[in-house]
Amino acid sequence: MSEIIEVPVIEKLTSKDFVPNQDVKWCPGCGDYSVLKQVHTIFPELGVKKEDFVFVCGIGCSSRFTFYVDSYGMHSIHGRATAIASGIKASRPELSVWVVTGDGDALSIGGNHFIHILRKNFDINILLFNNQIYGLTKGQYSPTSETGKITKSSPYGSVEQPFNPAELALGAKATFVSRTLDRDPKHMQSILKKAYYHKGASFVEIYQNCPVFNDGAFFIFTDKETKKTESLFLEEGKPLVFGVNNDRGIKLDGFNPVVVDLNENGNSVNDLWIHDEKDRIKANILAGFQDMKDTNPDLPRPFGVLYAVDKPTYEDAMEEQIARVISKKGKPALDKILSGDKTWVIG
Amino acid sequence: MDTTEPTLHKFDVIEAESVVVRFSGDSGDGMQLTGTQFTDTTAFLGKDLSTFPEFPAEIRAPAGTLAGVSGFQVHFGSKEIFTAGDTYDVLVAMNAAALGNDLKNLKKGGIIITNTAGFDQKNLRLAEYPEGVNPLEDGSLANYQVYKIDVTRLTKDALKDMGLSNKDIERSKNMFVLGVLYWMFDQSPDYTLTFIKEKFSKNPLIAEANIKALKAGLNYGDTTEIFTTRFKINHSNLPTGTYRSITGNHATAIALVAASEKSGLPLFLGSYPITPASDVLHELSKYKEFRVRSFQAEDEIAAVCSAIGASYGGSLAVTSTSGPGMSLKTEAMGLALMLELPLVVLNIQRGGPSTGLPTKTEQSDLLQAMYGRHGESPLPVLASNSPADCFYTVYEACKIAAEHMTPVIVLNDGYIANGSEPWRFPTEEDLEPISVSFTTETNNKDGVFLPYKRDEKLSRPWVKPGTKGLEHRIGGLERENETGDISYEAENHEIMVKLRAAKIEKIADYIPLQTIDTGKENAKVCILGWGSTYGSIKSVSLDLIKEGYDVAHIHLRYLNPFPKNLGELLSGFETILIPEMNNGQLIRLIRDKYLLPAIGLNKIKGLPFTTLEIREKVLELLNK
Ligand code: SF4
Repeated sequence: MSEIIEVPVIEKLTSKDFVPNQDVKWCPGCGDYSVLKQVHTIFPELGVKKEDFVFVCGIGCSSRFTFYVDSYGMHSIHGRATAIASGIKASRPELSVWVVTGDGDALSIGGNHFIHILRKNFDINILLFNNQIYGLTKGQYSPTSETGKITKSSPYGSVEQPFNPAELALGAKATFVSRTLDRDPKHMQSILKKAYYHKGASFVEIYQNCPVFNDGAFFIFTDKETKKTESLFLEEGKPLVFGVNNDRGIKLDGFNPVVVDLNENGNSVNDLWIHDEKDRIKANILAGFQDMKDTNPDLPRPFGVLYAVDKPTYEDAMEEQIARVISKKGKPALDKILSGDKTWVIG
Repeated sequence: MDTTEPTLHKFDVIEAESVVVRFSGDSGDGMQLTGTQFTDTTAFLGKDLSTFPEFPAEIRAPAGTLAGVSGFQVHFGSKEIFTAGDTYDVLVAMNAAALGNDLKNLKKGGIIITNTAGFDQKNLRLAEYPEGVNPLEDGSLANYQVYKIDVTRLTKDALKDMGLSNKDIERSKNMFVLGVLYWMFDQSPDYTLTFIKEKFSKNPLIAEANIKALKAGLNYGDTTEIFTTRFKINHSNLPTGTYRSITGNHATAIALVAASEKSGLPLFLGSYPITPASDVLHELSKYKEFRVRSFQAEDEIAAVCSAIGASYGGSLAVTSTSGPGMSLKTEAMGLALMLELPLVVLNIQRGGPSTGLPTKTEQSDLLQAMYGRHGESPLPVLASNSPADCFYTVYEACKIAAEHMTPVIVLNDGYIANGSEPWRFPTEEDLEPISVSFTTETNNKDGVFLPYKRDEKLSRPWVKPGTKGLEHRIGGLERENETGDISYEAENHEIMVKLRAAKIEKIADYIPLQTIDTGKENAKVCILGWGSTYGSIKSVSLDLIKEGYDVAHIHLRYLNPFPKNLGELLSGFETILIPEMNNGQLIRLIRDKYLLPAIGLNKIKGLPFTTLEIREKVLELLNK
């Protein structure tokens, strides 16, 4: 869950311990650098031995992440990192497994594995760098690009509607759904830690700027002039407040979120929606904010942990099942299996 | 019980070396179970045998139709049995469609046992007999011994006071037929009686009904005077030892457990349901007490990818599938090849391409196994030749994968996967060791670990994540020789491609030399086979040699790399015949590698070769 547990530090590690002898080859100014920095920063604090981290990536700019963390890692094939990670975690539950993926890698070619790993609830961390574009293949629209997006493969505008990753994750029965941004290092660090401490599949959508092919896609959420009115930072048990002077709040009218001005008479912080990470219905409404802009233009974009619940992990359930069968049947000799139950003798 | 007991009427006793029985009926008639029971009993009584279950493609095709016919063929006898038989001596036809479908392969003069209730107007129409024609009535079966039994009514009579539903009574009629067969072959029903009691232990009424039906069938044979023939088959002269009955898929599953135990590697199976491979997944899912992690993945790609992940983590990792699934796994297999991690890929072949003939057998994925990946990507390929041989081949595949750090493809097929035979199973001690060691210390005196530094087998070290000090990254991008760093350098790529190929070729140094299965070196005709054609080729060769012909049989388990002496061995024969259940695949490899003018014999009907088909071709070549 999202409360932070103190873990004894096994060995004093510093962020330098996680920086390998490799040149980082992302474009200058790419948002990926920030994520890498935050990972290097928080990893020494997690109390995990350096050799117990495993990074699994697919293909795409984000997936080069594997090369840049000095631990164990596999740079695999497009879309399949989640599937590979499930095999690692199922067979080696003690490892801390991280998947770094992108909007194309996770939501297009790897869509099936993405939803199933969430549903199966392996205790792994999935960092989805959403830049709403295909970067490595040099700029085609992605499954999160907005309708009408002009790219090399959509010179007249994309005719598709985009996925809403948080909504998709919730629909796939994810037990931890969160969102953060490359340009807010502190927030990202706190979310990454929460993702790590959540026992189960943790989904972190990271808004990541691609200055080369889709510059500024998310600046509205971080630029000084717009940040306060466009971004909502969720905190467990706290009311949904945002705005230049924290003077706006969100109330629920039935299932409809309503933005209210706290300076206006009669509007009190006490009447606002209190964030409850365990509330699946509210999490779905929060995830849906981004698609309600047409009818509800004042709604901000929520960042933080949208949803977090405890459910048994796949690998624990599997281990328990094995233990149960062994305690019931004992471990037979291999010869028993070779002979089976029914044999006969000739001669 | 195998001495002919006194019985209530007179009959002829036919002593036979071997007999083929075909059980045929509607999918709902329980023919697979009946056949399996008959088979197990026969095996238990010391006969050698081989079976061939044939399923319809649909789970429940409309009852009574030709599409719904389900068959189970068993060939058993006192001599060594290698095939399920070209033609049968006895055909059990539970309905008109079964007769219509299977009469063609009944020997002239053979026995037909029918359930007359399955030959009413409706059944005849569904079986596509012309209006007004009933084969049981029109004299068309005059050349056979036909026993017309109203099995349905007799079963009803036998069970009438038990308070069972019509459906439950209907379901017991296969036991009546089995009883008749036990009488006819003078076999004790004890094995089946025990089976019924175990299977229906929670439902004593159903158990009793099945037992009553079985006994009613036996008594029917005994008391009615319609049966004029009874068979007597002596004990087989199989080598002495303890036996069990095994299907290919079952043997495959326990081979994996055995390899896991012998190597000390935990077993992981990533699989997605597909006919005819699902039984491997089913079987392995049972062995939790061996800590088997069977993972039913969301698709074929995830199945192989999860296995790659498990292999990376230090497991003996396996994925099982059939043709279409194989196509889906190819990209990931390329990754495993590049990562140089152990992985066993089981392809239980079926008729292709595309969905093809899911329940029929074929050997048409050999070239795919050899060449079906992009880039230069050779992999070891092995094939099993019989149900029991699946054990040894799959075990060997695990050994090669783990000891040579490579994915290995095993080609089985539907025929041997579902077919069964008696197996003089090994003990744990008999199995060759599988030696695996994980690297825990750097292999470089400068300290920096070299993940692609090779040993004498040309294989790289296997390091489990969690090993302190050896942290490194691997992946699908080309690696620099030794360091494993990403490298786009021209020279390096060529070196790595050649190293990966040489590593696979090197496996030939560790596998046995090819031997001749039957016959002599330099024979006039060599029949060269691979996979499930073993039984038919073996029977033909034995017969022809006995008749004085100069024939030899070589059967390949190792298809890549070939055993080192294969070329030399083959070049000694005047003519090489390669029978394959495909349009000519091994033949291309042989011609390509050894420039030998082999002759193909190809059958692509979703069915195994009959011995006659091979025999005729060999005789044609011998008489040239
Ligand atoms: S293309 Fe875009 S996402 Fe990729 S490295 Fe360059 S800036 Fe980053």
